[in-house]
Amino acid sequence: MTALSPAPHKMSARGVSVFYGDKQAVKDVSIDVDMDKVTAFIGPSGCGKSTFLRTFNRMNDTIASARVTGEITLDGADIYADDMDVVQLRARVGMVFQKPNPFPKSIFENVAYGPRIHGLAASKSDLEAIVERSLKRAGLWEEVKDRLSDSGTALSGGQQQRLCIARAIAVDPEVILMDEPASALDPIATAKIEELIHELRGRYAIVIVTHNMQQAARVSQRTAFFHLGQLVEYGETDNLFTAPREERTKDYITGRYG
Amino acid sequence: MILGLGLIGWLTARARAARFDRGGRKRLHSLPAQHGWYVGMWTILPPLLFLAIWSAVSPSLVRQTVLQSPAAAGLSDFAFERDSVLAQARAIAEDPFAGDGDPLAQQLAPVVGATRTRYAWIGSAAAILLAFAGGAFAISRIRPDFRARSKVERTLMMGLLVASLIAIFTTLGIFVSLFWESTRFFEQVPITQFLFGTHWSPQVIDAKNPGASLGAVPLFWGTFFIGAVIAMLVAIPFGLMSAVYLTQYASATTRRWMKPTLEMLAGVPTVVYGYFAALTVAPAVRKLAVLLGDPFASSESALAAGLVMGVMIIPFVSSMADDSLAAVPTAMRDGSLAMGATTSETISRVLVPAALPGVVAGVLLAVSRAIGETMIVVMAASGAATITLNPLQSATTVTKQIVDLLTGEAEFDSPKTLAAFALGLTLFIITLLLNIVALRVVKKYREAYD
Repeated sequence: MTALSPAPHKMSARGVSVFYGDKQAVKDVSIDVDMDKVTAFIGPSGCGKSTFLRTFNRMNDTIASARVTGEITLDGADIYADDMDVVQLRARVGMVFQKPNPFPKSIFENVAYGPRIHGLAASKSDLEAIVERSLKRAGLWEEVKDRLSDSGTALSGGQQQRLCIARAIAVDPEVILMDEPASALDPIATAKIEELIHELRGRYAIVIVTHNMQQAARVSQRTAFFHLGQLVEYGETDNLFTAPREERTKDYITGRYG
Repeated sequence: MILGLGLIGWLTARARAARFDRGGRKRLHSLPAQHGWYVGMWTILPPLLFLAIWSAVSPSLVRQTVLQSPAAAGLSDFAFERDSVLAQARAIAEDPFAGDGDPLAQQLAPVVGATRTRYAWIGSAAAILLAFAGGAFAISRIRPDFRARSKVERTLMMGLLVASLIAIFTTLGIFVSLFWESTRFFEQVPITQFLFGTHWSPQVIDAKNPGASLGAVPLFWGTFFIGAVIAMLVAIPFGLMSAVYLTQYASATTRRWMKPTLEMLAGVPTVVYGYFAALTVAPAVRKLAVLLGDPFASSESALAAGLVMGVMIIPFVSSMADDSLAAVPTAMRDGSLAMGATTSETISRVLVPAALPGVVAGVLLAVSRAIGETMIVVMAASGAATITLNPLQSATTVTKQIVDLLTGEAEFDSPKTLAAFALGLTLFIITLLLNIVALRVVKKYREAYD
């Protein structure tokens, strides 16, 4: 794969397969994720892109029937090794979900959740600084600074999703995984999330799953196309959309199926 | 008899409708069997309704006729005496060897018997007549385009409505009767004395001032202490923890057998809990009290009753907590886990707070169940009405006192007996309020996640 850069990768997957019971959802996928790039996973529903994304912070561990084989490394260390602490891993690899899922707590407490769990703030003023910084980075500070004690669930859908992004960056992760972060939002809220992804690029390695090809084209530098659990094509976003190498990719991006 | 007529009506109507079906070019609006049901209902329901009313009215008709008969001329004018003679006559009419009673009653008995038979015949004849009339009316209405289907549907609906109203009216009736008897009580004892008095000893009642020994505060305290404090100290932690285990940690197989087993606890008759409290737990508690340095500890203690009641209540708390934990969206749990929280951090910081309204409602329902519980306290707690914070001492509850008051030998309208109704009313209102609050909490909470 010519698209891969020679520098050491932030995260690498080698020969990863995921099984749900007997069913294989992801088949022998290898991919690299880099620090200053946004990587998009596209493909039709049920192609395994979300399942594959969840192997990056071991969220598949929460599903009893799921089994992962192959190797995934973070800064060269195998994240499925016995000595890898999943709590530490998830602090370094954060996640934003498809449906905004703020906790039924105040806005402040939502953002403070991670820092409290991981003991990142030495004092109350420390914690307040972290919350403010995270909300600012998530582009939500101006909208909520006067009502931090209001419930997070009372915000609009788009605001809730940005609150979830603020919650994820509050623990200062290195990688942020986004699982169709805008699919439950209206176009204006979606535009804000996309803008936010642009701003966050460079500070975090971002992997975004989307079924919206225009969105992938707008926000990502690299795109991986999945079909039936296989990685069909992976390359620079511009190349993949203008000159796909594989027939299946071409069919998909021209709207033949999916 | 009437059912038989109904069946005949059903068959005739169906046959008739079926004939329309075969002969006519127009299609029947309703199925033959529905015409059958229509006629059957018209045949059965009116006479049944009539009989129900008749059986309520006829005794007084019988009475009137008997009183006007010449044999009743010798009856006393005093209503009370007259009624007692009539009652004896009725008993003799039913069973000739019933009483040696009053000669006047002996004399009246044949009259009573004859009058009764006559009215019974009148009633039956009228009912059968009604059955025929209803059936004939219904059969006459059968035409191909007759909408028997919707009529039957409506009647069924009415029947179901009546069935559901019966429960509501029963509740209302209970409330009214409790309320009525309680007002009689409060005529004799001021309500403030009853609600705020701290001395309870219904065995010794001063006739001039009955309220002085009918202060219910010790009972309320005992009820609260046993049902809402000791029992909840057992039920809340165990119920909540088992719910957390079942929803968050247990494998599907474990859950499949463990949940029904736990819920079986709710099906154990409370009398059995009563034995258990009185025979097993109470002596153990007494031993503990002796160890703690009270050689004269009673074997009847608030602790024993409360502990067993708490065990009984565990399934209530656990199943409500289980439901509300399961109702918290998985996204919430995933969100917390993805932040690097462990399972127990996720439970204590996200899931339980999110499920809290449901848990609180479950606890309120459990409390209302506990304070209404009777058998365990009757068997394991004592009758001594003391206000104490010491769980090893004996205490008594409202329900236990109601049983004691009503099983004693006292006239029905003495303050002592009437106090039972006032206690019942208080208990009823408290549990009603608890239930209403609990249901409101549940409703509000359910809306939050839709």
